[in-house]
Order: sequence, then structure tokens, then C-alpha cells
Amino acid sequence: MGKVKLKSDLMPGTLDMLVLRTLTRGHLHGYAIAQLIQQLSEDILQVEEGSLYPALQRLELNGWIEGEWGVSPNNRRARFYKLTPEGRKQLNAEKERYRQQTYAIARVMGTT
Amino acid sequence: MNSIVQRLNRRMRYFLHRRERQRLLEEEMKFHIESAMADLKEQGMPEADARSAARRKFGNVSQKSEESRAAWISLWMHDAAQDACYALRTLKRDFGFAAFVILTIGLGIGASTTVFSVVRAVLLRPLPFAEPSRLVWIANTDVDDEGLSGQTVPVGHFLDLRSQNQSFSDVAAYSPFYRSGDNKLTGDGEPFRLTSVAVSDNFFSILGVKPLLGKTFTAADCQFKWNAPKVVLLSYGLWKHRFDSDRRVIGRPLKLNDTPVTIIGVMPPTFDFATVFAPASPVDLFLPYPLTEEANNRGNELAMLGRLKPGATLQSARAEMHVLGPRIQRREPDRNFRPIVSNLADHVSERLRPAVLVLAFAVSVVMLIVCANLSNLLLARMATRQKEMTIRASLGARRLRLIRQTLTESIVLSSCGATIGLVLAVVGTQAITHLTTLDIPLLAGVRVDFDALAFTAAIAILTGLIFGLIPALQVPVAALQDSLKSTGRGSSPNKSQAWIRSSLVVSEIAFACVLLAGSGLLIRSFARLLDAKIGFQPENATALRVDPSSRYSDRAQRIAYYNEVLGSVRAVPGIEAAGLTDVLPLGGDRTWAAMAKGRTYTKNHPPPWAFVRIASDGYLKAMGISLLEGRDFTERDGTPGKPVIIINETLARTLWPGQKAIGQVLVGAGYVDREVIGVVSDVRHLALEQASGCEMYLPIRQSNDYSAVDLVFRSALPSAELAVPLRSALTAIDPTLPANDFQPIQQMVDKAISPRRYVVFMLTGFSGFALVLAALGIYGVIQYSVTQRTQEIGIRMALGASAAGVQASILRQTLALAAVGMAVGLFASWGFSRTISSLLFNVAADDPMTFLGTIVILAAVAALAGYLPARRASRIDPIMALRVG
Repeated sequence: MGKVKLKSDLMPGTLDMLVLRTLTRGHLHGYAIAQLIQQLSEDILQVEEGSLYPALQRLELNGWIEGEWGVSPNNRRARFYKLTPEGRKQLNAEKERYRQQTYAIARVMGTT
Repeated sequence: MNSIVQRLNRRMRYFLHRRERQRLLEEEMKFHIESAMADLKEQGMPEADARSAARRKFGNVSQKSEESRAAWISLWMHDAAQDACYALRTLKRDFGFAAFVILTIGLGIGASTTVFSVVRAVLLRPLPFAEPSRLVWIANTDVDDEGLSGQTVPVGHFLDLRSQNQSFSDVAAYSPFYRSGDNKLTGDGEPFRLTSVAVSDNFFSILGVKPLLGKTFTAADCQFKWNAPKVVLLSYGLWKHRFDSDRRVIGRPLKLNDTPVTIIGVMPPTFDFATVFAPASPVDLFLPYPLTEEANNRGNELAMLGRLKPGATLQSARAEMHVLGPRIQRREPDRNFRPIVSNLADHVSERLRPAVLVLAFAVSVVMLIVCANLSNLLLARMATRQKEMTIRASLGARRLRLIRQTLTESIVLSSCGATIGLVLAVVGTQAITHLTTLDIPLLAGVRVDFDALAFTAAIAILTGLIFGLIPALQVPVAALQDSLKSTGRGSSPNKSQAWIRSSLVVSEIAFACVLLAGSGLLIRSFARLLDAKIGFQPENATALRVDPSSRYSDRAQRIAYYNEVLGSVRAVPGIEAAGLTDVLPLGGDRTWAAMAKGRTYTKNHPPPWAFVRIASDGYLKAMGISLLEGRDFTERDGTPGKPVIIINETLARTLWPGQKAIGQVLVGAGYVDREVIGVVSDVRHLALEQASGCEMYLPIRQSNDYSAVDLVFRSALPSAELAVPLRSALTAIDPTLPANDFQPIQQMVDKAISPRRYVVFMLTGFSGFALVLAALGIYGVIQYSVTQRTQEIGIRMALGASAAGVQASILRQTLALAAVGMAVGLFASWGFSRTISSLLFNVAADDPMTFLGTIVILAAVAALAGYLPARRASRIDPIMALRVG
């Protein structure tokens, strides 16, 4: 199976959804988010890691996540993000949209 | 909604701290890359490889940071710029449309900004004094007449109030009984007439005005014998023009009215007495007012202002005056003192407030019509752009994005219009400030300043939003229509859109109706005023100031001077009549009590107060005042001689109702009994709008109680032709006589009606503009509906409808629209006309003629606007129409 490059190959908005999903696991910094997405997708989803940052800014602007400076395990200053209640709501909405989309796509793919 | 506000808020915050955020973002990214590198190194990769691998995996750092920043700042700005460029491109393609819209908005905004500047200068901007909100006007209500004598107080009352009150930190006064050109300046250069105002010593300090040079008056300066001040202050204008801005004028002696005075100071250019207290007659000099017992005998001569103490309010001051007034009056029971305190700014703008508010209202209505009209136009344009919108929607433009695009377009249009409007406003405000003859306070302060700019910007955006909103909301509707398939014609007309367009036109007609009715009422008032019986004939009458010089110290000498003046002026060929007076119409308003001899008057039955004129023989004829009964003065009505008097109809009726006034004796005028020898028609002395009240004329040869003398002559010859012979006739008598002001009486009348003339002028302009816009609106809507119905009309005609029938049906449709608009409009005007009733003169607020005229004009304009499309419709070739369908 080939690798899927995030941002360029996925449907728009998917990266946002993935970020929100990973943040349900707690406060994470950018690098950890990228790592986690890669791990959870069993290395299929390769985040072009830089693309994460525009997404994080966008999400923060929308009030879905909140960034906060803290100290990383290796004792360095890092920005940790957490999900806000609105972000959780948004995630649920995205999940539902995603479910419908994949269902629709699966239907189309199944009938041909 | 809340989240939008929050997001906007965050965006603002991010934008404001963009430097800091940028730095932090870079730090965050750096941390990411370094963490990745550390992990790779742990897995055994050499450092250099780990670094490049981490970088590769991250991607282009600067591009990512750019993209990240876009999230908080530039995305929407970028879009807006893109939209604006797109709008400009579209508009360039559609130049005629754009030009029309921009011009319409330009005119509207030009008018709005001009009126805004006037409103701001006259009503909103604080007076140009220190802490102006603490300044109050203290008016007296001595008698129930509207003359200045009723509002002013004698020196004694002023001094008592100043020393006894608890409410004011200070009370100052000036004498409003001055006339333009009261003083004669002689000495260096040509003799020159100057206008001066006498003020109390603290007048400038209470206003917080400091002199530009020298000092202002002291209490000692206000102690001198009547009419002999020793010091003067120059206005900035006089200093600049007459003294060439010479800083060494302080201490220089001058000869004022043949008496030596010393210049002690020059006022700053920012201090313009006239513009606040006495519009349309600039003041050149300030003199001290004698605060003496002698001056007290002259009666009510001072207008007062006060400055509220810290803690005192208008209410508390009023309460105190209520008590203090009568207590002060007790010293001089004959001189009523009932002070009324009002805010100085309110006092100054009071007279103009209704007119200015009406203009503001009118201009807002014009703007609404502009918006309705352009909305309609854009709607029509939107219909032709349906395909474009559909294509853009199908290419992925979201609904909001398209709405924003169309709104940007309308805002771009209105901003272009605003630029033109601003130019017009600058021209307009400059024209207004240069109208020095306009009797409106604070007008000199009208200008396009920063606030006016802000106002223009705000109104441009608001206008763009208002007129763009309805068309913009049509976007999804338009896009949803399957218009890609259609050829643009023959698709069924959009019902809701037709409805919106009709309502817009109806509202335009209604607004235009309100404006037409309002300006109609004012125009009729103006016409009535011009026709009003003012009691004198201004045309062909001219006044010239001929005060006797102080060399003529006694009455006999002065009378000899008058005889000579009258004799030599009457000898000039072309002069029909000439006479002397101390007060010209629309000028002074000094009143004295007038009593019929033999009748007793009490506090409850007070005598009437009559305006006093000191006049010579020939004055009535020269001014064109008709003698109803009895005779004019003659040269023999002097001293010795029987004291005589001429009174006006109103005074005759008041004193001797139902009796013959000639031969009766009047007491009170100059403390002697005078026999009435003549009755003349009433003269509108106060204002053209106001009835005259009582008046009496005393022979100049029997009185000393006047401070000015005007020669009035009547001649059909132009004054330019008369100037030379007249001047030479007068120079022979008095070589120092300044002859710089021949004042046509007609000009004085014009000045008196100038504010009304300008209100009428502006309002007429507004309603004309509104009418044109409404006509265009009607035309547009009917034309559109004809285009939409081409096929239908073709079928009807094929089935036998006549061209005339088609025309009539379309005209009916037009008039139906107009009728609805007028019905709404008349109802609104009915309410509006009540609010302007204070501006009307001899015209009822529900004047049927005006309303009828409004209906006729609007119906005619609507019919005309509907006729052109109707004619086009009747010429539709049924075969062509059907074939194309």
C-alpha cells in the first residue's frame, strides 16, 4: 500500500479533523501531534509536518483549540494544544460529515 | 453569532500582536524540527543526515509560516483586495453603469457631507470658548415684546446680579444695541466707518479668550463718561487690514468719532464675536461699556452671559434667579428683572435648529432614495449576471463568498462616489462660508474637517452596504436558477424579485413625495413672505450714514447741519425724496412705553411698548412708508414748536380704539406730551416674518436721544450714477464724512430673508434630485417588466390587442405603482409637515394647494417615466416576439 500524503491527497478539512481527534488524548505539542497521526494510521498517513502549523493556527482562530506554552519532557519550551468544548462539538460534527462521506463514497465504489 | 464576534476579536488580537506571534510560531517550528532530529539521531542516524531528513519531512518552513500567518491576517484582506480588483475590472467593462452609479452617489454624498458640516458647525461643535458647556445666556423678560429691550437689563441690574449671585463664577455683559458702521475712524488715511461692540471688562475672561497682543479691559477702563471711552481693542481682521498686522500698534492713539482713544490690545483670529453673537455683521472694534450710574439711566442696554460655578447646574441657577431677580428689582421697581437662564450654545443655535434639522432630514431622505434607486439598478444588473454567478458557484465559490463579492462591488462603487462627493462637499462648504451676508450663527466654522471625512467614509460604506444588500441576497436565488441552460431570455420572471423592485420604486416615490411636499410648503412660505406687506418699499431706496460730527455740540448746530444735508441732497438731480432716521428697518429695536394722556396705567394694565424711530421730514416718502392720515413732519416741527409725533396703525388702534388718533396726546415719548399729527402703515421692523407691533416716529428736531443718523433717499437712478454728485454735495458740508457705505435697502431685505432663501434653495435642489431619481427608478422597473413580458405582449397583440391598448395597460401599471407610493408618501408628508410648521409663514401645514401640486407633479413624472417603455412595448412586432420565443 502506498503512502498517503496529507494535505495534498486528502479531502480538504481532513487534517483539521485528525488534529482535533488526536487532541482528545490530551495536551500535545505540534511534533507529538504529527507523530501520533503517523503512528495511529500505521504510517499510512504521512503528515507533511509543516502543514500542521497553518492548520493549528486556523483551529485556534476558530476557537476550537487553545495553545499554551509549557515545558516538553526533554525540558524545552514547547507549545501545547488542548481541545476546547467548541472544538469537541466541531469534532463531532466533522465525524458525522466524515461518516456520511465515506458511506456515500463506499456506496458509489460498491455499485460499480 | 457570538463565535463570529469572538473570531473577529481574536483576529484583531492576532493582528495587533503579529510580530510576537510570528516569533513564537518560528520558535514552535524550530522545536518541531529539532525534536524530529533528536528522534532520528536516537535511531542511529548521523547528525547531518538527521537534520536534513527532519527538514525534508517538515517541508518548506517559510512557506508554512506564511500559510500559518494567512490564517490570522491576510486571508480575508487578501480576499477583499481580490474582490475590489475584480469589482473594478467588472465596472470598467460596464462603464456607463458605473459612471451613473458613481455620479448619483457622489451627488448624494456631497449633499450629505455638506449638510453634516453645517449641522456640526451650528449644532454639534462646542462654541469656540473655554469650557463652553458651563456658559449660559441670561435673558431678561422685561416686557412681553420680542425686541431686544425686553431681553436686556440696565447697568444697575447687571452689577447687582454680578455681585449677589451664588450660581455663577462670573457674569459678563455686552451691549447688543450697536449698528454696523457706528464709528468713524479718522486720522491716518481716508475716514473709515467701523463697527464696534461695547462689552463689560470681564467679557473676554469669562469666555476664556486671551488677547493676541496687549491686554483686555480692566474695571477702571469701564469708568468713563458716556460715549467717551479712552481705550479700544482691535479685532484681528481690522488689525490685519487697516494696521498691516503691525505689532507696535499697542499704545497708539486713534481718533474715533473725533475723540482720541488708545489701542490697548488685539484679539486673536480665533475670536469671532459676530459669528456667535451677531451673524452677518462683522465687528471691528471692542469698546468698554461704561458701568456707571449715568449709563444706568439709559435703560435696558446689556445682554448678559454667565459662567456656572463648579457644582452649579442650569436648574440650580434658574432656581436662584427666580428668587434673586425680584429681589434685585426692588431697588428699581419700574425695571422688571425676571432673568431666564439657558445654555449659551442653545441660545445661539435656537433660531436655526429647526431649519438645520429639516435639511439634515431632507438629505437623509435623499440618501435613502439614492440607495433604493441603486438597489434597483443593481438588481437589474444582477439578473443579467446570473450566468456569471452560476458559473462561479459551480466552480466552487460559496454563497457567502459571492455575497461578499457583490457587496464589495457596491462598496467600491460607493467609495468612488464618495470621492466625488467629498470634492463637492469641499466646494459646497466653501461656498457657504463665503456667504458673509448670511444671517446664520457659527457659519464661519463650516468646513470639511476630520470628522466630516470620517462621516463621509462611514456613509460611503453604509450606503454601499444598504444598496448592495438586497441585490447581494439575490445571489443564491439567481445561482439556483438553472440559468446556465437558459439563453437569458424567456426564463420565467422571478416573482419575488419583481416584487422587491416594485417596493423599492414605491418607497422612492414615497420619499420623493415627502420631500416635494416639504419643499413645496417652504417655497410657498417664501413666496408669501416676498409678497408680505412689509410696510415700506425697499426698491430704489438707499441709505447713507451721515452722523453729525462731534463738532456740532448743540442741537441748533446739528439742526442746521441736517437742513444743509437734506437741502443739498434734494437738490441733486434724480433724487425723488430724502429724509433722516436713526434706525433703518430690520435694524434696531429699542422700545419705550407709550401712554394715552388722561388714562391711568397700573402693573396689571401696563401701557403698550412701542418701537422708537427718530426721523425727519421726507423720511416716510423716501422709505416708501404710506401716510394713512394726517401729515408728515415739516422743518417747523422743531424747538421751539409744539411737540408732535407720528404713530403707526397698530399703536393708534391700541391707544385709541375706535377713535380718531389725530389730535390725541401721547405721553411717555421723551417725557413730554406729544400731539399725534399723523398715522402711518405698520412697518415690519423686527423681521419680515413678524408683525410690526406698535411704532412711533419722533421728529429729529425735537429729540437728542439717538446715536446714529442715516440719510435715506429714493431715486430711480442707479446708485453708481448718484455716488459722485451725492458725495460732492456732502463733502461740501462735512469733509471728514466717510462715504464708504451706500447701503441699498433692498440688500438689507435680501439679507433678512437669506437663511430662508438658502433653506428653500437647498430643499428645492434635494427634491429635484429626488424627483429625477424616482423617475429613473420608475422607468427602470417598467422597462424591465416590458422586456420580461415581450413574448406575452407579442401574444396579446397577435390575438388582437391594439397598440394603444398595450400602451394604456403599461401606463396603468406605472400609475398604479405611483399611486401606492404617493399614498404612503402623502401620509408621511402629513406628519413631516407638522414638524416644520415653525418654518412656515402664512401657509398651513396641510396646505391643500401644496399637496395637490405634489400629487400632480409626481403623477406627471411617473406618467412620463412610464410612457417611454409603454411606447416601446406598443411597437413590439408580434411575429418577431413570438419567433424569438
